[in-house]
Amino acid sequence: MVGVDGTGTKSSFLKARNLDKIYYRGEEEIHCLSGLNLDVEKGEFIAFMGPSGSGKTTLLNLLGGLDKPTRGTIFANGIEITSLSENMLAKWRSSNVGFVFQMYNLLPVLTAYQNVEIPLLLTSLSKKEREEHVLLAMELAKIVDRRNHYPSQLSGGQQQRVSIARAIVSSPLFLFCDEPTGDLDRKSGDEIMDLLRSLSKQLDITVLMVTHDPHAAEKSDTVLHLEKGILIEGKPLR
Amino acid sequence: MKFLFLLAANIKRKKIRTFLTLGSYFTAFLLFGLLSAIKSAFNQGVDVAGANRIVVGNKTSIIMPLPISYMEKFFELNGVKNVTYASWFGGYYKDPKNFFAQMAVDSYTYFDVYSEFKIEKNQFLDFMKDRQGCIVGKKTAEKYGFKIGDKIPIIASVWGGVWEFNLRAIYTGTKPEDDLTQFFFHASYLEERRPWGKGMVGWYIVEIEKPELAFSISREIDSIFSNSPYETKSDTEKAFALGFVKQIGNIELIILSIGAIVFLTLLLVTSNTMELSVRERSAEFAVLKTIGFSDSLLYFLTISESLFYSFMGGSLGILVAKLFTLKGDPTGGFLPVFYISMNQMVLGFLLIFVFGFLSGILPARRVYKLRIVEALGRI
Ligand SMILES: Nc1ncnc2c1ncn2[C@@H]1O[C@H](COP(=O)(O)OP(=O)(O)OP(=O)(O)O)[C@@H](O)[C@H]1O
Ligand SMILES: [Mg+2]
Repeated sequence: MVGVDGTGTKSSFLKARNLDKIYYRGEEEIHCLSGLNLDVEKGEFIAFMGPSGSGKTTLLNLLGGLDKPTRGTIFANGIEITSLSENMLAKWRSSNVGFVFQMYNLLPVLTAYQNVEIPLLLTSLSKKEREEHVLLAMELAKIVDRRNHYPSQLSGGQQQRVSIARAIVSSPLFLFCDEPTGDLDRKSGDEIMDLLRSLSKQLDITVLMVTHDPHAAEKSDTVLHLEKGILIEGKPLR
Repeated sequence: MKFLFLLAANIKRKKIRTFLTLGSYFTAFLLFGLLSAIKSAFNQGVDVAGANRIVVGNKTSIIMPLPISYMEKFFELNGVKNVTYASWFGGYYKDPKNFFAQMAVDSYTYFDVYSEFKIEKNQFLDFMKDRQGCIVGKKTAEKYGFKIGDKIPIIASVWGGVWEFNLRAIYTGTKPEDDLTQFFFHASYLEERRPWGKGMVGWYIVEIEKPELAFSISREIDSIFSNSPYETKSDTEKAFALGFVKQIGNIELIILSIGAIVFLTLLLVTSNTMELSVRERSAEFAVLKTIGFSDSLLYFLTISESLFYSFMGGSLGILVAKLFTLKGDPTGGFLPVFYISMNQMVLGFLLIFVFGFLSGILPARRVYKLRIVEALGRI
């Protein structure tokens, strides 16, 4: 089960302890996270909610190894990622994590297929093997028929599917999504949420998602609220 | 290698920018090629100059003559292999714009000393038999359409009148930098026809047995004739040629510095373009880092991109310059030797590499240092 009080089992799949994140803006200190704890089990689908500026993106970045906390530790699948060097962290991300952003962040000069292939360039797979993986990931994301299109030729929902295919192509353990439906209409948003949900269950991927949208949050297993630098469980949705 | 398509995609991203960047490198290195051809034109005498030849001129000025009687004295010196002399004629063919050097030389010895000039044996014998005979370099002959047997009238600016010569031989060179534009005729004919200045020659060329002797023999010659009415100044041919170059050196300096400024400006522009293009792509680099591309891999990819531009544009520029110089002197006589040497080509490619690298370094550093969180926050 998900825990936010720091008493989770020793072996929880993703474990954060006493996370502090302080930003410095000139003289001013911005205490973004203070003493945050989190325990997540494998395959769970978590949604983070909270007011703008509460630190949701910050938390996701820390858990995904894109940034380091001011204090505190994070263990992912037994590895203490907070103690890894930049280089080791990059390597860890390449084989353990997929990211999905609000603005899709595809490379506009590459086709959908080539965008999905990028993470595999860091592996030792042959061209043929890469092709198999890419097509499978695009199949799962239901976008394989658009593989030769450029991002500018795709709708928002389709671009997000490509970016999801890119995120899962190297079979990661974790998927971090920062407002994946934030830029989509209701219908496409629902489709993307259904896709994320089914991928999570089908591939046993642990998904951590930030969202503003209660409707999207409903598709998750657990909703956690970020307030005053820590997570609060079970606050009723409005 | 598998990252190539990333590179290719970036190049296609903004076609006009790619075209301009390639164009800048192309222009810069075309310029480099042409400037080095001009430079070698100015320095050709220096490059060609034999290390085993000493030029003996009048101490007061190179345009002042020396007595013919000195020749025997040079022969008596130890380490001297051969001696010859030459005098500047100073004329032109039909039009003063038709510029090529005419020299009255001691025909018995001159071509032994300048053994790099190749002349067909029969032609040389014909030349020796004709007191009004002349020998012309292949380039000049081709340029004015001179054929063996032609009568060539030269208008003598110094001596006056029109002097007619019969073309008996055409010489070729052994190295690309050999000057094939000169016009030689018998010193005896000059001696016979000129109204004054008899018994004098322009300068001597003393061939020595070993280059190491150059300094001591030069010193010896100059001391023999010190305190005589015609004091000498001896130097290796290289130093002598340098003296000539210095007289036109200022022009060379101006051309070369203008060239260098243009060259550097173009490179600054390309470097700046690279920097801009990388800055625009901050978010993309951040995404690549998110995916797990290491800082050093992205550094390497950025440098490669810069090198790609410099190599594509630069080598095309050098190549076109080379093709252009293959056609020979474009000025019609002022740059008798106009070519890009192997050394200059190598230097050019080295510069392509260096500048490609340099203009990639700052952008690559930016990419290397880019922090994911900040770059993504900027979207
Ligand atoms: N790089 C930074 N430097 C300084 N302050 C920062 C930086 N990144 C975030 N902050 C601050 O930290 C706080 C949390 O930011 P964060 O982006 O995590 O919030 P969020 O919950 O994701 O907000 P939103 O819902 O608007 O995306 C904000 O007050 C923000 O101004
Ligand atoms: Mg956010």
